[in-house]
Amino acid sequence: MNRTVTLYLNVFVIATCGLVYELVAGTLASYLLGDSVTQFSTCIGVYLSALGVGAWLSKYVQKSPARTFIEVELAVAVLGGFSAPLLFLCFAKLAVFSVALYGTVFGIGVLVGLELPLLMRILKDAMEFKDLISRVLTFDYIGALIGSLLFPILFVPNLGLVRTSLVFGILNALVGFWGTWILESTISGNVQLLRARGVLALVLLTIGLIKADSFTTLAEDQLFSEPVVYAKTSSYQRIVVTQGPSGFSLTLNGALQFSSLDEYRYHESLVHPAMMSVVEPRRVLILGGGDGLAAREVLRYDSVTAITLVDLDPAMTQLSAEFPPLARLNHRSLFDPRVHVVNADAMLWIEEVGEPYDVIIIDFPDPNNFALGKLYTRRFYRLLRRQLHDAGAVGIQCTSPLFARTSFWCVINTMEDAGFRLHPYQVPVPSFGVWGFAVAKHGDFEPPSRVPDNLLFLNSSVLAAMFSFPNDMTRVETEVNRLDNQALVHYYDDDWRSLR
Amino acid sequence: MNQLNRRELLASFLAAPVALNGCARREPLPPLPPGEIVGASAAVGHRLRQSAALELADDQWQRARVVIIGGGIAGLAAARTLLRAGVDDFVLLELEDAIGGTSRSGTGDVVSYPWGAHYVPAPTRENLPLVELFDELDVFEGVDERGDPVVAEPFRCRFPQERLFYKGRWYDGLYLWAGASADDLRQWQAFQREIDAWVSWRDGRGRRAFAIPMASGSDDPEVTRLDQITMAEWMDERHFSSDRLRWLVDYSCRDDYGLRLSETSAWAGLFYFASRRDVPGGDSRPFITWPEGNGRIVSHLYRQVKSQCRLGWAVLDVNPGANGIEVIASRYTDSTLAGWRADKVIFAAPQFLTRFMIRPYCETVPAHVSEFQYSAWAVANVTLTTPPQSRDAPLAWDNVLYESPSLGYVSATHQRGMDYGTSVLTYYYPLCAADPVTERQRLLDTDRDAWADVVLTDLEVAHPELRQTALRLDVMRWGHAMIRPTPGFVWGGARQAASRPFRGIHFAHADLSGIALFEEAFFRGMTAAEQVVAELQV
Repeated sequence: MNRTVTLYLNVFVIATCGLVYELVAGTLASYLLGDSVTQFSTCIGVYLSALGVGAWLSKYVQKSPARTFIEVELAVAVLGGFSAPLLFLCFAKLAVFSVALYGTVFGIGVLVGLELPLLMRILKDAMEFKDLISRVLTFDYIGALIGSLLFPILFVPNLGLVRTSLVFGILNALVGFWGTWILESTISGNVQLLRARGVLALVLLTIGLIKADSFTTLAEDQLFSEPVVYAKTSSYQRIVVTQGPSGFSLTLNGALQFSSLDEYRYHESLVHPAMMSVVEPRRVLILGGGDGLAAREVLRYDSVTAITLVDLDPAMTQLSAEFPPLARLNHRSLFDPRVHVVNADAMLWIEEVGEPYDVIIIDFPDPNNFALGKLYTRRFYRLLRRQLHDAGAVGIQCTSPLFARTSFWCVINTMEDAGFRLHPYQVPVPSFGVWGFAVAKHGDFEPPSRVPDNLLFLNSSVLAAMFSFPNDMTRVETEVNRLDNQALVHYYDDDWRSLR
Repeated sequence: MNQLNRRELLASFLAAPVALNGCARREPLPPLPPGEIVGASAAVGHRLRQSAALELADDQWQRARVVIIGGGIAGLAAARTLLRAGVDDFVLLELEDAIGGTSRSGTGDVVSYPWGAHYVPAPTRENLPLVELFDELDVFEGVDERGDPVVAEPFRCRFPQERLFYKGRWYDGLYLWAGASADDLRQWQAFQREIDAWVSWRDGRGRRAFAIPMASGSDDPEVTRLDQITMAEWMDERHFSSDRLRWLVDYSCRDDYGLRLSETSAWAGLFYFASRRDVPGGDSRPFITWPEGNGRIVSHLYRQVKSQCRLGWAVLDVNPGANGIEVIASRYTDSTLAGWRADKVIFAAPQFLTRFMIRPYCETVPAHVSEFQYSAWAVANVTLTTPPQSRDAPLAWDNVLYESPSLGYVSATHQRGMDYGTSVLTYYYPLCAADPVTERQRLLDTDRDAWADVVLTDLEVAHPELRQTALRLDVMRWGHAMIRPTPGFVWGGARQAASRPFRGIHFAHADLSGIALFEEAFFRGMTAAEQVVAELQV
């Protein structure tokens, strides 16, 4: 292949990679900081101005533009390739994140900006100036187009953000490495040393790609239809946040907990029927609900003086407090002075009886293992009763009465067996499908007929309708879920298996 | 320990491939977790045998209507029975510094754990004294349709109850269903039919063949004849050749008696299966358990009789005379001697000790005493930073290794509902590779570090991370853990001879039933005390 053509290929790859790095940065910024218009425009602005700075700096490169060109290309490969992992590491800390974000974007911009002028200086003797300008810029813009198309269509869905940036870094480094042969005649100084640096860059990026599993696993990147923007394995579970065009979702051990698009339907339905079943509720207990979203709904009530939130996983409650998109969504509920967060296994915590609660909200993940199944047992509900004020009410999520009908009614039957009086209900939550809840008290009661004003989903007519069940969701006989039979976990397995 | 010794040690306690594998790795092993040998009875016990003639001054003598020797379940049950009958002028002497015998438990930072017996099958309504005891422990909530007490949820063994590790995978349950052939399944069903036949069997007086306590079962020759052959012979006669069926029965014999299938009396082997089933084809009685095992029952009983108990007192001499019985004991911390003059003695220690304590027995050992043989056990409690990891069947209460001579482990944290963080496993190893005397010596010759290595190497097969997550490993060496119901022992006459009171000394221990069960110990202690009370009132 002729030398000039291969150099055009260089231009093409540099342009593609440069744009991909910029897209990675812009995407991460919009996920984390919200307001994608602002984030993308500031990222593009910083990037373009940095390109200008790079172009201006190119005049200070006096000797051996070819050598500098290769060095710059290797530097872009390393900086750009590691940009996504670096930003992931800074994800939970907003202040650090902004510095890292704009620093990376600016650095990449400067380096990419250096490249084109240097390349033109290398090629200036090989052809006429008008041809040079036209061809270099043509390949530059085509590269940008290809990058902008491949990024959302091919790479992010299959590889995730971290691997995408590392793969482009490797591509970038390979082209630079190859360039040491194409430009060998024009490179001054020790070429072998330059090649050694190329190898070093490739090795670093490859290690990064292998280690990418510590951020997100490849399986996860392929499993979730939307990009993974946060992933962490805590002592208790795998926490993954994915970001789509208009909202983000939280999954625990692969099970969807909420989507920011419609979580208000779920959390309003979980919280308000119980809260409205008690006059002037003051003390509220939330079991599970480490995302802070149920707490957000409870905090709408001025009568509430104290909320105890018991969630197993400190990593989860910390994420809810510090991860900006989630903290925005839950209105920073975990920072409210009325909220007291306890990280403990609810089964053990609930054995200690203190002052009873007016309302208890139960928001555990679905019972897909025995450690969760124990939180749905008759034993648990009996202990729960001791925590509930005589006139208090419980609001509980009990999985889908449509997809997991036996499981849903097993929860209801078990609570009844433990001595609760219940009103089960169901509402549509698009991300989940039809979802089931119940409001429970010690004795007989009428379900509430009104809800607070200004809710996004619930109103009195929805409330009036949701306590009736269509024929395909009506009550079925089940065993009572006990610690020594874990009937619910078996039902739940069977229910979901029959859907596959 | 050098490599060669280590290999010999592991090979002697574990299957050869496990031992080889345990020694094969190149990288140095992480250091063993800290821990100690728990219980000091072996040294103190052996000192008993060497006691010289004892002379006590007058002021060293005390009066007591009854002296109870031994603070295991039988002794505690006897003490409780005396108190309930209004007899409070008694003293209970226990050799160890902890009460409870083989039902004792230990206390850790997160959970208490058993050092021996760790469950009781739920009693039926017929076993009134036991129902009453468990009522005091709030174990029951109401009765079922048959009138049997219903065990409340926290005291039922938490699901999953059992799992089995076989060739690299965990499977649910204790019978290895995976890969069972049609013939295996046919034999399994035939075995269940044999058991069911014994469950529904009744003698002329309407008694079950195998009942709890065993004294309430039948002594009909059709039943007692089973005691003349081994369980292995019984299975051979019925062509039960299926490996996995024989494994299960062998496991059950090791678990309940510390004996191999080929050593266990068929009567005892069938007792294990048939006594726990109410009706043919029915489930076994549910298990009552606590994180600390039967240690919970011990604490409850001990609270009731604590002021009469003396811990750390070794009985040296029991001398029945014309004016009652003289009991001399020594406190092993300071060798203080004390004597009691009692009307009655309840000997609630194992039979083998009678020849070292009861003076006429020391002079002429009765023939029946040497018939009582005991199996040796090692029990280890392992504290881990995280629950044991496994991909297949999740952690159960009882976790058994098919290919290991140990019985696997029970998880105290599982029953407690602790599914994360620090975990405690109780590991059981019955020494039944040779005769009991040899095995007892092997038990005592093996120190804490060697036992710790054996336990970790064994469990590592299923949990490779174990050495890294082990925080602590303590070991209890039970020299005389369980009476051995070998053929001829249960119905051969020795038991009956040993049960008869001897000059005001009444005997009470599970070994008099021939099977080391909590229910038997409780029954023996209670009935001995009842008899004593009756005789005192005459």
